[in-house]
Amino acid sequence: MSKALTICGRELRAYFTSFIACALIAVFLILSGYFFYSDLIFFVLMGGFVLPSGLWQYVFLDLRMVTLLIIPLVTMRLFAEEKKLGTIELLWTYPVRDGEIIAGKFLASWLFFLTMVVPTAIGPAIFYRWHLFDLGPLAAAYLGLLLLGTAFVACGMFVSSLTENQVVSAMVTYGILVFFWFMTWNEEVADERIIRALLHLSLFDRFYNFARGVIDTKDVVFFLTFTAFFLSLTFLSLGSRKWRGIR
Amino acid sequence: MIVAEHLTKRFGPVTAIDDVSFEVRRGEIVGFLGPNGAGKTTTMRILAGVFPPTSGRAIVAGYDVVADPLRARRMVGYFPERISLYLDMTVREYLQYAADMKDVPPAQQKTAIAEAARACGIEDVSHRLIGTLSKGYRQRVGIAQAILGAPRVLILDEPTAGLDPEQVSEIRSLIRQLRGDRTVILSTHVLPEVEATCERVIIINRGRILAVDTLQGLNERLRPRGQVHMEVEGPERDVVARLSEIPGVVQIDRCGASDHAVTMVVSTSGEEDLRPSLAEAVVQAGWRLREMRAVTLSLEDIFLTLVAKGGSSHPA
Repeated sequence: MSKALTICGRELRAYFTSFIACALIAVFLILSGYFFYSDLIFFVLMGGFVLPSGLWQYVFLDLRMVTLLIIPLVTMRLFAEEKKLGTIELLWTYPVRDGEIIAGKFLASWLFFLTMVVPTAIGPAIFYRWHLFDLGPLAAAYLGLLLLGTAFVACGMFVSSLTENQVVSAMVTYGILVFFWFMTWNEEVADERIIRALLHLSLFDRFYNFARGVIDTKDVVFFLTFTAFFLSLTFLSLGSRKWRGIR
Repeated sequence: MIVAEHLTKRFGPVTAIDDVSFEVRRGEIVGFLGPNGAGKTTTMRILAGVFPPTSGRAIVAGYDVVADPLRARRMVGYFPERISLYLDMTVREYLQYAADMKDVPPAQQKTAIAEAARACGIEDVSHRLIGTLSKGYRQRVGIAQAILGAPRVLILDEPTAGLDPEQVSEIRSLIRQLRGDRTVILSTHVLPEVEATCERVIIINRGRILAVDTLQGLNERLRPRGQVHMEVEGPERDVVARLSEIPGVVQIDRCGASDHAVTMVVSTSGEEDLRPSLAEAVVQAGWRLREMRAVTLSLEDIFLTLVAKGGSSHPA
């Protein structure tokens, strides 16, 4: 597994030596800071009383949006760039398993996401200094956000392995993630039973519980399954070179 | 050291290589020669483990590239045809990354990197970003990456393509230095490259092997019959008439005549070398012999002959 770490290290330096990384992190932090500020003002002005349902829920539903906005731009280059440049050919001749390549790249994107998420705790931390509150629900919400991000990264990495065009990679990832969000919104279009079944698959409905400070094992399992599903698809996608060849 | 057995690779309806078999012995430098699109890159990618063959078997340093891919790849240094490196790394960082990926033991990495950098002449740019290097230097970094850790087998796909003549000769001499130590298979569509570096040559066209032989062997096999190139000082008509009388001379083609001299190609029949008789005849007649040599086929001629033959016997 040390090869996975080598690949992860290379990916991380590719992220942090490029201007794109600064831009992505800046946008993520400015938006999330703004949302925290405005949600807090709203909470105070409206005389909010219960933090989890009055503040954290709104903060984390907003963070969910920002995460959706940013992650496809983080994952789009993972395989697409290497395919475009041709660097992936050499990678395939090194004694490394496809699984290690996937693990390394996934970990790098995930750590990049973590780097973006950690500073968002500054707002709540300052708030905590002025007003002690129960940390449990906040921790649950962060766990939910990390699980959601993990699922997004897996999906984005899979799409990136399909194309050598980074724009296509990002757009298709948006398409898939937004579909998983909206698919339960219109109960008129399908049979109620189908909607109920789809509800179990909806990424964003699963996130509500976490945002309100509730950890349900079923939700955790769902996000992990979603992640595992897209990791397996990535594995198959890389294997396709065996019969499709490469350019 | 390298064994290819009946390798066939199809991409959908396209057959890239068809029943390719050859062997490369330990310590040999073998040229893989063919026009663009002949299947060189596909064959080399299979040997390097990029993708498996549709059918057939490839064994590198004793390991099957499909059944035992990690061990096989550990034995191979590969230089891809369209070499591309991570442009955002310095040369040193890149070689360090390659050493990690190629399982060079940590204790030996420092010396291995220094050695590869020295052999390829890239020590002076080791702190520069690869993105700022010229094509020639990038190519050398690519070769350094391939020879890093002294793999037993080197697979080099057009290592000198796109370089200027000085760089080409540097890379060729680098490859010649590896002789005896490593097994090298080197593809090219530039014929002099094979003449300059390789002991044996594998000629491939349209996905099929046309010949596997030494250059000398090919020459002997394909030369139609003995031909002697001569330049004689003397009256053209008399010279031709006199030489035609020598038993065994079949035909004389004049290539040109100038200031009392005639240049010609004398074709002879049979295996007998007629050069002594030809020389004697010239001297006895009182003429002067300026030049005489047996005509050998250039690799180019061999290649064209084989491709022409192969094209007619295996219509694609």
